[in-house]
Amino acid sequence: MTVGGWNVSSSSIAIQSENYRFLQEQVYSHTGIVLEDDKQYLFECRLAPIVSQLGLGSINDLCALLRESREAEVGCQVVEAMTTNETYFFRDPAHYDAIRSVLLPRLKQERRDTRKLRFWSAAASTGQEAYSLSMALLEEGLSDWNIQILATDISSRVLDRARGACFQQIEVNRGLPAALLVKYFNRSGLVWQLSEAVRRLVHFEKLDLRQSMAALGPFDLVFCRNVMIYFDAETKQKILKELHVTLSSGGWLMLGGSETAFDIEEWFERQTIGNAIVYVAR
Amino acid sequence: MAKALVVDDSRAVRMIIAKTLRDLGYEVREAANGREALEVIAVEKTAVKLVLADWNMPEIDGLELLKQLRRISTPDSLAVVMVTTETGMGRMAAALAAGANEYVMKPFTRDILVEKLQLAGIRP
Repeated sequence: MTVGGWNVSSSSIAIQSENYRFLQEQVYSHTGIVLEDDKQYLFECRLAPIVSQLGLGSINDLCALLRESREAEVGCQVVEAMTTNETYFFRDPAHYDAIRSVLLPRLKQERRDTRKLRFWSAAASTGQEAYSLSMALLEEGLSDWNIQILATDISSRVLDRARGACFQQIEVNRGLPAALLVKYFNRSGLVWQLSEAVRRLVHFEKLDLRQSMAALGPFDLVFCRNVMIYFDAETKQKILKELHVTLSSGGWLMLGGSETAFDIEEWFERQTIGNAIVYVAR
Repeated sequence: MAKALVVDDSRAVRMIIAKTLRDLGYEVREAANGREALEVIAVEKTAVKLVLADWNMPEIDGLELLKQLRRISTPDSLAVVMVTTETGMGRMAAALAAGANEYVMKPFTRDILVEKLQLAGIRP
């Protein structure tokens, strides 16, 4: 079906098996993320807007374009569409409860002289995780401490959005207590922008989690949530080992609520704090 | 079973919110405006633990309802969540100052409502 010159029926045409493998290889070679054989629907949902935008007939046509022209920009769009993850403010509230109730009281005591804390949001996407942490720290009375929150992602596009710290109503309506919305956001029309007080604690950088991370640390807490599930076992182990190197002794690693890590006892002690699972660096 | 009161002049909105609250384990009452809500509270007294109130309603609006409820309750004894198309910062701040436990902007999804209640520590 064609509407206004745009083909909108891409999702009705099945992705040919050789194209499915081609797309899997593209995503894997650029990000290390493994998209398994049952992700047809995910490819269709995520790539349909690109197919439509380019005026193509199907995802198969998109694959042909990528093969023929080696269009770097389109290739980036495809990889980013397949790897950009949902995020929202204060996702997994139990994690923030554990940080407030256990980690911060300890750090406030241990660092009372240097008053310096470092955190890392390792798959930051559009920034809600890093900014949630920033707000949580300000709410704990740490505004006069030297606090650094590094926020990284493999996608330049999401990082550009994250730096702007502008969010739509649907984004600030989810997970964010109204009291924090009133306190830390400025509204301009339909856009809600975080205040400088929250933004100044966060620094964004592009980073592929497969590269060496040793120079980034030491951190007191690393969020690496809802991203490990996409890596194969070997890559996941390598990343977990690298993350361990970036943590200070006793530092915390937090994975996604549905993620687990195996064979890491050498590097981490698994602890349950309230409803949160925390991996404490040995 | 804890009781919740849904106050909105839209029957459709009341139905959507009421279903979500029933799924969470509440016994649900409904009112079409602030006056009706106060009548329900007068009968049910302290059995109602949660009120979800629209802002713009005939007779007594949501903010006035909230103010009247706070004369006889605290945020701990009766949770009041505003669920409204009023999305101005000033309105939101006014509701919080008047004692609202939380504030949900319309349009919203079931997940947004459930998460807001969880975040505010509101459970049946």
